[in-house]
Amino acid sequence: MSAGAYDKLIFELSSPGREAFSLASADVPEADVRKILPEKHLRRDAPALPEVSEFDVVRHYSRLSRMNYGVDTHFYPLGSCTMKYNPKINEDMARLAGFARLHPLAAEAVAQGALQVMHELARDLSEIAGMDAVSLQPAAGAQGELAGVLMIRAYHESRGEKRTKVLVPDSAHGTNPASTAIAGYEVVEVKSLPNGEVDVDALGRVLGIDVAAFMITVPNTLGMFEPRIVEITELCHAKGVQVYMDGANLNAILGITRPGDLGFDVCHFNLHKTFTTPHGGGGPGAGPVGVKAHLEPFLPVPVVTKDGDEYALDWKRPKSIGKLQAFWGNFGMLVRAYTYIRTMGPDGLRSVSDNAILNANYIMKRLETDYDVAVPGPCMHECVLSARRQKKLGVTATDIAKRLLDLGFYAPSTYFPLIVEEALMIEPTETEAKETLDAFCDAMIQIARETETNAAVIHDAPVTTPVRRLDQTKAAREPNLRWTPRA
Amino acid sequence: MASRYIANTPEEQKRMLDVIGAASLEDLLVRIPAKARLPRALGIPAAIAETDLIRHMKALAARNADADTHVCFMGAGSYDHYVPSPISHLISRGEFFTAYTPYQPEASQGTLRTIYEYQTMIAELTGMDVANASIYDGASSLAEAALMAHASTGRNEIAVSHAVNPLYKRVTATYCEGPRVRLRDAAAPEGVTDLAAAKKAVGPKTAALVIQTPNFYGCLEDVAAAAEVAHAAGALLVVVADPVNLGVLEGPGKLGADIVVGEGQGLGVPMSFGGPNLGVFAAKSELVRRMPGRLVGVTVDRDGERGFVLTLQTREQHIRRAKATSNICTNVALCALMATIYLATLGRRGLVRVGELSAAKAHYAAERLAKVPGVSLRFAAPFFKEFALKLPKPPERVAARLARQGFLAGVPLKSFDRSLGDCLLVAVTEKRAKAEIDAFAAALEKAVA
Repeated sequence: MSAGAYDKLIFELSSPGREAFSLASADVPEADVRKILPEKHLRRDAPALPEVSEFDVVRHYSRLSRMNYGVDTHFYPLGSCTMKYNPKINEDMARLAGFARLHPLAAEAVAQGALQVMHELARDLSEIAGMDAVSLQPAAGAQGELAGVLMIRAYHESRGEKRTKVLVPDSAHGTNPASTAIAGYEVVEVKSLPNGEVDVDALGRVLGIDVAAFMITVPNTLGMFEPRIVEITELCHAKGVQVYMDGANLNAILGITRPGDLGFDVCHFNLHKTFTTPHGGGGPGAGPVGVKAHLEPFLPVPVVTKDGDEYALDWKRPKSIGKLQAFWGNFGMLVRAYTYIRTMGPDGLRSVSDNAILNANYIMKRLETDYDVAVPGPCMHECVLSARRQKKLGVTATDIAKRLLDLGFYAPSTYFPLIVEEALMIEPTETEAKETLDAFCDAMIQIARETETNAAVIHDAPVTTPVRRLDQTKAAREPNLRWTPRA
Repeated sequence: MASRYIANTPEEQKRMLDVIGAASLEDLLVRIPAKARLPRALGIPAAIAETDLIRHMKALAARNADADTHVCFMGAGSYDHYVPSPISHLISRGEFFTAYTPYQPEASQGTLRTIYEYQTMIAELTGMDVANASIYDGASSLAEAALMAHASTGRNEIAVSHAVNPLYKRVTATYCEGPRVRLRDAAAPEGVTDLAAAKKAVGPKTAALVIQTPNFYGCLEDVAAAAEVAHAAGALLVVVADPVNLGVLEGPGKLGADIVVGEGQGLGVPMSFGGPNLGVFAAKSELVRRMPGRLVGVTVDRDGERGFVLTLQTREQHIRRAKATSNICTNVALCALMATIYLATLGRRGLVRVGELSAAKAHYAAERLAKVPGVSLRFAAPFFKEFALKLPKPPERVAARLARQGFLAGVPLKSFDRSLGDCLLVAVTEKRAKAEIDAFAAALEKAVA
């Protein structure tokens, strides 16, 4: 059966009178809500939700799922996203009732197991990153960035310094400037060298007493380790500038080097990248943030503490930047990451990065004759190619991405980093086997050949997916953001 | 050393290195300066085999008083509602579970369709024109709403009812720190917002008035009257609402709200010690271009067939960078999928039933518990499924004692509001049986005697 044959929304399956729920009848004396509550608060008509059977629900969402590519079903070489295998034991552990059915405001005395998980995970992440303390509260990388920049801001203010700018390379993830702007800073973009490295001389010229922080990704978004990184962090510190590491690419350096040892003051972790929590079609993630000791007083509240054998939530932190989520963090994701770290141990984590680097270099080597390489290798955990050669023949990075979908692969990240023309950013991760990498490289080489001999098949792609190329302009010009019955 | 999550064998590694032209893995690390290398193994615990790890995790889980081992009367933003079985099975399908943000729409129609269904359902429940694909949780949704109100009005103050969840206020204050938006408190002395006080707190500098209904104390607010107060001053009305209640309660949009935010955890998402949750965000259509987060819209493909894409992306950080409406990227798509399946399962009648049963059981419980000698309802205002009880003994101690008897008695309010130090916030959902409520009342009676 072709998944593409299915074109229903749940509302279109509705048949008045069908039910999919099971609720007990009222066992209390008065169940008429109109007698209990004042009329003005009540809805006049029942909400227009679907009326379907349980099996309608199950088949509908099963069929919709088949219209997706996921890591479980497809190679997903999406650069900067670390789409690695998500271990099944993590799911079983996160679903244990003692975790999944625990109320966030349960008294500390009856939540000791949960607090222990958090305390130990924070300790392990601190060790992995060479940081002194970690807050698990941020819900995703972007929120970790916001927390980090706010802590930097609070730190400068506590010293009576009014700094107004944050430096961000032009190769940065979009969240870096966005988070910085929300934290109240002027964002100053720093041009990178053509090879993606920081232009240390240019950086030196803009570092001044008005600069609060320099925010960079290591390895950088071209998949390269910044060779002068220690010099850079020292240069920043000499001017009183705090250095923030975007941890999106942490999968490359586990047990090899640590942000704290490189001189970083703050870094965030993407548990949904490096530490195998699932991406879920766009979230939830978890974006813990680690800091050096001088920033510890500013961590979000509460902080999980341990006194003897007892764990507690410490709220008495007057210098804290406050809270980022109502509760303590995306705890379900923390259980998964904890399970993963315990599964892997120090040697296992090191082999993660070794194999992630090996796999990326293997792909880069196999594709270097058919595509332009943005920067010569060796790369770290991902490599960036440019389709500029193909573009001259009328085939863009988007075209290549769409053709890959027909050949059974999800696409690399395209047009990122912004400083590479027609960028194709490929991150295989350590969990892919050599034969998968070979099949992917064969497909990429086939597309390079087709560019010269049969570009039509590329321009037509995709044809095997449930829909073909979609009209983005129409969607934005005539926004239709909710279903209404067809007249 | 071998890991079951890594396929490469030493022989395969060797063959790959040969292709690369490197002698060893170490040769690939030449760009990392020697002085930056970690000269030792990471100091984390050694790897544990699966069976031992499961034993360890189960022992940790067993140290928590969860809503399976205990009868849960706790709320304050996280509730023990009914979760239909299909949800866990369907979201666990790898095609949903292990997919990324739908940046390649042709290979992500499943996720895109579910988000479009979700947007439709949330817009319908909240009485708004448009809902986004989700924010992290209710608190960060409120923070985003405050920033959006600030951006769209150009005003620098947000008036927040004292009866809004204090944790949400704390998060909103954190987000407002950067743009220097000031929060002003509007009193709620009798458990509901004092609209005369709100009128004083709202003025020409006010970007929005924020109320919550039912509010933190469980009481229902007069949304229409609050809308008049806000609009008279040219401010927006932001309403925090729990969508699981909106089968019975009127959608705030129908009563004058400009933005509706809230915590969607009740829609089939596990409590999970407070996260991940589901930040609901809905607004009037004229505000759509200032909305944070992802939006899915309908379009057509090359053959004219219906298809779905992420749209209006020029609001977002990956395009607009420092000028984006928000920094949000990863959201809680999978929790939104849980909510979508929940709302499909509950459907038109089921959600109404959940609301009716919750309200009925909460009112029975309130009446029953207030009959316990020394115990009374703290506020007289109408409530929905949650209420504050005044106890004759310290609520923390009463709750600790009841926990030993198998009840999660409620949330002591002392740490939220010192003036309510003698109060316990009790929530009752449709899951609570009359027998459980009666047993709880009997246990409370002994605990406060």
